Amino acid sequence: MRAIGRFLSARWLAVYAVAYMIFLYAPVILLPLFAFNDATIVAFPLAGFTTKWFGLLWTIEALHGAVRNSAIVAISTAVISTLLGACAARAAQSYRFPLKRGIVGFIMLPLVLPEIIVAVALLVMLVQLGLSLSLWTVIAGHVLICTPFSIAILSSAFAGLDDSLEEASFDLGESRWGTFRRVTLPLIMPGVVSSLLITFTISLDEFIIAFFLTGTDVTLPVYIWSQLRFPTKLPSVMALGTILLALSVCLLIVAEWFRRRAARRQGLESSSTRGLV
Amino acid sequence: MPSLSQESRRGLTLISPTLIYALVMLAAPLAMVVMFSFWSQNYLDLDKTFTLANYRETWTQPIFQVLMWRSLRISLVVTAATVILAFPIAYYLSFHVKSRKALWLFLITVPFWTSYLLRVFLWKVILGYNGVLNSSLMELGIIKAPLTFILYNANAVVLTLAHAWAPFAILPIFVALEKIDRALLEAAEDLGDGPFRRFWRITLPLAMPGVIASTLIVLIPTVGDYITPKLVGGTDGLMVANMIQIQFGKANNAPLGAALAVSSMLVVAAISLGIFLAGKKFGGKVK
Amino acid sequence: MDDANHQPIIEIRDVVKSFGSVKALKGINADIREGEFFSLLGPSGCGKTTLLRLIAGFEQTTSGTIAIAGQSMKDIPANKRPTNMVFQSYAIFPHLNVAENVGYGLVRKKISKADMTAEVEKALSMVDLAGYGQRAAHELSGGQRQRVALARALVMRPKVILLDEPLSALDKKLRDQMQQELRSLQKSLGITFILVTHDQEEALIMSDRIAVIFDGQIAQLASPEELYRRPVSRKIASFIGVMNFLEAEATGATDTHFTIRVPALGEVEIARRDAPAGLQAGQINVVGVRPEMFTIVSDGTGSFARTATGTVISTDYYGDMTYYSVALPGAADPVTISMRNTAGRSIARDGSEVTVGWGADSIVLLE
Repeated sequence: MRAIGRFLSARWLAVYAVAYMIFLYAPVILLPLFAFNDATIVAFPLAGFTTKWFGLLWTIEALHGAVRNSAIVAISTAVISTLLGACAARAAQSYRFPLKRGIVGFIMLPLVLPEIIVAVALLVMLVQLGLSLSLWTVIAGHVLICTPFSIAILSSAFAGLDDSLEEASFDLGESRWGTFRRVTLPLIMPGVVSSLLITFTISLDEFIIAFFLTGTDVTLPVYIWSQLRFPTKLPSVMALGTILLALSVCLLIVAEWFRRRAARRQGLESSSTRGLV
Repeated sequence: MPSLSQESRRGLTLISPTLIYALVMLAAPLAMVVMFSFWSQNYLDLDKTFTLANYRETWTQPIFQVLMWRSLRISLVVTAATVILAFPIAYYLSFHVKSRKALWLFLITVPFWTSYLLRVFLWKVILGYNGVLNSSLMELGIIKAPLTFILYNANAVVLTLAHAWAPFAILPIFVALEKIDRALLEAAEDLGDGPFRRFWRITLPLAMPGVIASTLIVLIPTVGDYITPKLVGGTDGLMVANMIQIQFGKANNAPLGAALAVSSMLVVAAISLGIFLAGKKFGGKVK
Repeated sequence: MDDANHQPIIEIRDVVKSFGSVKALKGINADIREGEFFSLLGPSGCGKTTLLRLIAGFEQTTSGTIAIAGQSMKDIPANKRPTNMVFQSYAIFPHLNVAENVGYGLVRKKISKADMTAEVEKALSMVDLAGYGQRAAHELSGGQRQRVALARALVMRPKVILLDEPLSALDKKLRDQMQQELRSLQKSLGITFILVTHDQEEALIMSDRIAVIFDGQIAQLASPEELYRRPVSRKIASFIGVMNFLEAEATGATDTHFTIRVPALGEVEIARRDAPAGLQAGQINVVGVRPEMFTIVSDGTGSFARTATGTVISTDYYGDMTYYSVALPGAADPVTISMRNTAGRSIARDGSEVTVGWGADSIVLLE
């Protein structure tokens, strides 16, 4: 008993937390290390500093195509899933209606469904309907898995909105649409931006659905997957991964900043968990 | 009750675009997979007569049994490891970190936002024959020859998945711990509980919803994981998702793949329900 | 105050409001006069806020009608009604500054920018916030938020201003001050105010008339003085202030008077017009007396025609006042008597014999 008591003590927990963070970051730290490493083999010991792998990225036509495709997919996914997410989050937050729990639960289902199931199911349907695979089919799949994230983020944005603010606007003569434009939208805007950024990032990184549903136009993760088989291509993949990591972290910081601004605007304490869960 | 039905109508109208999308893109495809699983593949054509042959094959063929069992075992081990490793972190964040909670949470989620594919691949680099781990250990003189039991097997899959799902395990537990009224803990102490009894009688039961949530959030997707077994699992690390992919791809036997998918979903659903109910019972005592 | 001089600005007829199977309002009838300060008083959950929200248009009546300025409000949404609300949470738009908050509703009225600025500034000075226009919403104190909310409603020049427990979030001192200010502002502007409150003291201080609402029904609608002096039921009497209840029975009744025998106090005559409307002699079993209507007489009988002798059971000292609990022969429970202290001293101790005097008009007949 005493041992567990000590185990829960702050100092041991802090040591454990640091060890855990090393475990979490171990693979991530390797990414830039090998990206700047002057050797074709991805292994220790490191051979010296170079930026040539980044330079090489500019010369690969297929990569540029993949970047363009991923951008199209990620932007479309972000916009569509945030729109769908906003409708659902608003309905779930401010209205009572029959079967609400069931409907919302069903929409949130992709969150806990193995992606392979979602991918296979969509593939089966698209093939049966005789539709050809394209970037649009990838977008369709990504919207499905991104909408629950958008709902989670926007639900907390709508939940932080005091009902009486919209009533006050209405009471002061504003129409429903005017109220949405002048009160609701500005107050949930940070949540909307945060949702756009998160869904963009998820879509940009998603592999399985893209792998199953893509046609001849591949997205970035699918392109990376194809490159992993060639050992000589690995250093430039590392360089690419480093760029993607930097981009994701920037987007996340921006998203977090917007989320906190939302919390401040609504006069809430910026609780550390909102929007993350 | 005209106002109530008006409110209901508004709510339903508002949620309908999202619902219709989910029905068309999720319910319909899933229903189609279930339908497929009762058909059979006749070389290039589908034979649409009802048959249970795919399920018979799924449940009796040793290869499928082995894969299904291995997938379950791996994901249960992964889940247990991930949740047990995550709990102290969540506990530390909630009870001992005072002012930098958001920063810690952010740092925990950052690795999750690197490409999943690359993260798994980098584990391969770490664990490989000439990998980071082996070369460091040899450099330090702890081992003479590279360790081989750490890559291309189930161990590697467990390690990699436990890493990949860490934030998903930490966050729900953290949220549950945050919700615990600290006065309850003081009350327990005031009534004579030591730190251990207090943890066992108050903290853990109240954190149970979070523990259950993280268990399910980790368990369900890991059963269906595809990339990790393929990259670091070797032949004896392959899981059911890889077989599903093979059936839909190279083997060109979609109905069998569908039966595999449906079967594994049912098994996972049953296990999840079991965990959910067990957790409810444990946490339910305190409400 | 003469009733005939005041046109009803709001007419509420048989209003019923149900939420699912719960009846929040069970048939409300009331006329609210132009220019009066009207309060809806009741415990929480009695339906008073629901009634206010029906008037504002945030909820629709299940049955019955509400008319404002002679026009039925059926199917008229909140944004088209000549009412403006001061919300309990104040609902200050957090993304707008004070001037933008106050000018929010003016944007839709097509007036020039200069006129708008002037209107906003005028409204702000009415609530003593001149020069606060550029303040951000989160920089305001509770009292200032309340003033901004009021200015935002005033600037719309509504026929009626609705106030939903606007002072409940303020501390006692500020609340007392805001009560005075609201009251004098309402008097000087002459706009009808409808206040929802659960605080009986607040309602008494501020209102011209008060509707006491219990359980979805108006239990009594009267001026503060009438409500205090002549509460119609035991429930209202104990909701507003303190009241002693004494057993009683009617021993006789004429066209104009009841003769009531109160065992502890003797026999009194009470005019029918001072009794609750429609009260029958046979229904009378209790009368009420306010604590301050009794007087403990220090020598002789003082100026009182009616006295009784009792024993002080306990005293509660409040500084300016003392509350005495006195056992009177014939009364089941001790009566509470409040007396103003002279030079901060109580006039009787526990256990002492005292003479208690009262006037005939201090006895209230209750349903």
